[in-house]
Amino acid sequence: MIGSLLRGSLIAVVLYVVAISLPVLSEGGLSGWWQAANEVRLLKWAYWIAIVIAVAMAASWVFRELLRRTMPEFIAKPMRQAPLTAAFGIMIILAYIVVAVGAPVIAPFGEAEIFEKINVLPGGDAELGGDPDHFLGTDQIGRDITSRLIYGARNTVGIAFLTTVLSFILGVTLGFLAATLGGWIDQLFSRSIDVLMAIPQLIFALLLMTIASEWSYRSGISLTWFMIFIIAVLDSTRVFRLARAVGLNIVVMDYIEAAKVRGETLIHIVFREILPNAVAPLLAEFGLRFCFVFLTIASLSFLGIGIQPPLADWGTMVRDLSQFINFAAYDPLTAALPLMAAGAIALLTVAVNFVVDWMLQNTSGLKE
Amino acid sequence: MSKPLVKIRNLHIEGRADEEWLPIINGVDLDLYPGRVLGLIGESGAGKSTLGLAAMGFTRDGCRISSGTVEFGGVNLLTLTRGQRRSLLGKRIAYVAQSAAASFNPAHKILSQHTEAPVYHGVMTKAESEADGMELYRRLRLPDPDQIGFRYPHQVSGGQLQRAMTAMAMSCRPDLIIFDEPTTALDVTTQIEVLASIRDIVEQFGTAAIYITHDLAVVAQMADDIKVLLRGDEVEQADTRTMLSHPTEDYTKSLWAVRSFERTEKAPAPADETPVIRVDNITAAYGKSADVLHQVSFNIHRGRTVAVVGESGSGKSTVARSIMGLLPPKKGRILSNGQALPASYKQRSKEQLRQVQMIYQMADTALNPRVRIKDIIGRPVEFYMGLKGAEKERRVEQLLEQIELDPAQYMQRRPPELSGGQKQRIGIARALAAEPEFIICDEVTSALDQLVAEGILRLLARLQDELGLAFMFITHDLATVRAIADEVVVMKEGVVVEAGPKGEMFTPPHHPYTDLLLSSVPEMDPDWLTRVLADRGVDNIGDAAMARMDNR
Repeated sequence: MIGSLLRGSLIAVVLYVVAISLPVLSEGGLSGWWQAANEVRLLKWAYWIAIVIAVAMAASWVFRELLRRTMPEFIAKPMRQAPLTAAFGIMIILAYIVVAVGAPVIAPFGEAEIFEKINVLPGGDAELGGDPDHFLGTDQIGRDITSRLIYGARNTVGIAFLTTVLSFILGVTLGFLAATLGGWIDQLFSRSIDVLMAIPQLIFALLLMTIASEWSYRSGISLTWFMIFIIAVLDSTRVFRLARAVGLNIVVMDYIEAAKVRGETLIHIVFREILPNAVAPLLAEFGLRFCFVFLTIASLSFLGIGIQPPLADWGTMVRDLSQFINFAAYDPLTAALPLMAAGAIALLTVAVNFVVDWMLQNTSGLKE
Repeated sequence: MSKPLVKIRNLHIEGRADEEWLPIINGVDLDLYPGRVLGLIGESGAGKSTLGLAAMGFTRDGCRISSGTVEFGGVNLLTLTRGQRRSLLGKRIAYVAQSAAASFNPAHKILSQHTEAPVYHGVMTKAESEADGMELYRRLRLPDPDQIGFRYPHQVSGGQLQRAMTAMAMSCRPDLIIFDEPTTALDVTTQIEVLASIRDIVEQFGTAAIYITHDLAVVAQMADDIKVLLRGDEVEQADTRTMLSHPTEDYTKSLWAVRSFERTEKAPAPADETPVIRVDNITAAYGKSADVLHQVSFNIHRGRTVAVVGESGSGKSTVARSIMGLLPPKKGRILSNGQALPASYKQRSKEQLRQVQMIYQMADTALNPRVRIKDIIGRPVEFYMGLKGAEKERRVEQLLEQIELDPAQYMQRRPPELSGGQKQRIGIARALAAEPEFIICDEVTSALDQLVAEGILRLLARLQDELGLAFMFITHDLATVRAIADEVVVMKEGVVVEAGPKGEMFTPPHHPYTDLLLSSVPEMDPDWLTRVLADRGVDNIGDAAMARMDNR
């Protein structure tokens, strides 16, 4: 679905550019066209969008070819059937992992390093209030924004991943237990989950985080751990529902019955008989859940009760830099600062969804 | 002879599997003349359904016709546009699927689905078509033909639904009907009435038909000509009588010979021997609903096979579930070697569980598709026998050899990489791994092709001789009973109506129900159906005969 949307928009942009360029090209040639393109604002945007998409497509094509030719068969084989969108998604996810893991090496400065110059404007031009050392400038207390963006990947993505894993361990275990045991245990679990789901998630999370900040203050345990646990529990409700539904379809199979009358324990039945058959839908759900958790953390941080300073985090950065958007009319680059953190979030979300789409198509035969 | 209605020449069909196109049909020719019935037979995977659908110019998803022509009434169906083909389908070519229950839309009444095609194609008005539908129902001998069309599909029985589907196919008076295994999902007693009415109506309207089935005895009754397929190739074609009496190819002969496997019956066990399993006066019910078993009792002795027969709903599988402890009986007990077993499997000891094993009907759902063969068989070895590592591996290899599969080749595979017969063998090996005394075989051969099924039956017979196993063999197929049983228990509506040694069961006099069952099993003789209809009368088969028997 997303793939066809992308293809459609790309074709529209190309057609638009061609339609506008043709008369200009016939008059002034290539140099005339370049000049005209920079003058006409809309055309300029279309031109940049087209270039970005083309570069992204070319990069993912090269990346896919690379995987196909150099990787061992178990990676190369699925890549031969993978659409370009999936290759793009994998490429972006790998890039994020590299940035997250190698943040101390890649980032020019430390995460919480404070410089004397505050509010340095981006662009690196000293005459316009920039600084060549801080290409994206510094924030209101003098921390290098480039470095914080890079460290943000580590915190935001790492915490989101941990939270999602936790919520899956919780949701899948309870869901499969409910499906296997049935009866009052299923009722107890399902109705408790219904109660949790009845309260709007973000508001519930806000409420619990407010309570947890007091606990955190008393116990000295970082609020981040509380946040991971709270979001994991709230998100496990969705995982529970899926795991239970998938599990119900599996427990009616004869091989489960065979395991039961063999005298197998519940643990063997849940983890050795049911789980291997539920991996595909759960994995796809994992991708989606990861995005939602990621966005929840970013929203909580934006509201000020998520990841706490001095840890860098994209959600907090969007909030802290948000006032720069007022400069849009004078300096587009400055105005784009809050959008960079937001863009980092959006790009990862899109990439994960591309990969999930592809996996869903592979496992369930889901067509576009 | 007149011109053929369907003329298929050099047809190649391919299916997409794992990055490449694999051939399904390799250059088959087919001629069907107006008013003739052609039977297509072969094992599953032989391409009979694919060929049948291709006669409509249609292929399933993931398949393509790579070359050849399919002419219908002189027009090549493959070059027509979708719209042109649609004007033929339903009107001049109709299709009857295997499962009528799955093919009817459950949300609409039968008659309103019946009128859809004639009204769409402009053959009749809705009122005309409704009147015609009732007429067809009458000709197909459906009960209450004026009212049955106003019921929903779930409100009529499987056999009636299959006949209603045939009536629907007839609604536009097509030139060609394709029957794709129309009676495979039905009981023998119901099958016979569907066969009789299909044959009747095809004769009355002079419709040409392609009849696809894997059951030789059925095709012998229905077809004028028979074409045998094997892995996408035609083996031979001849008219029915020649084909049955003088098959030329070895493959056809082997198909014909399957039904001849018969084991000599063992002498009954001595009266004072303690039976391996004794079912003692069991009454059982699902939940709070009415009882489905009424005081069922029988004994199974060491080294003997007891066949439990009856049609679906007769309670034969419920007995198995009670013995396994999956459905604790309300009254009565199960005794193993004279010792009463706890009613529920949850209360049974590991040793008690080990002694009673089960082989399932559907090997597809009985084996975990994500687990390797060595672990499927290895698990009970480890669980019951406590073997680990190399010892366990050796035992698994030994078991695989026992079921005639090469350990080196199969140890590492997973169930989806095996054929139906191989999967069933793995199911047998898993039961054997527990080294039980008693195994319940629940319709183990009914999902398999006849050649493969025979292999399984021979294997079970051999294992019984070698290991002295006692089998409870649940089946609705009397040919299987004849092949393997020592004793037979006939069940109807949760009651044992007759029980005794096999020899006695196949010689009269019988309980009327046993009689009905026995006489409903199709035989290879092409005159069988005609003879049965003459003997019993057209109104004394299937549901009608059952109803008559209940009134008696």
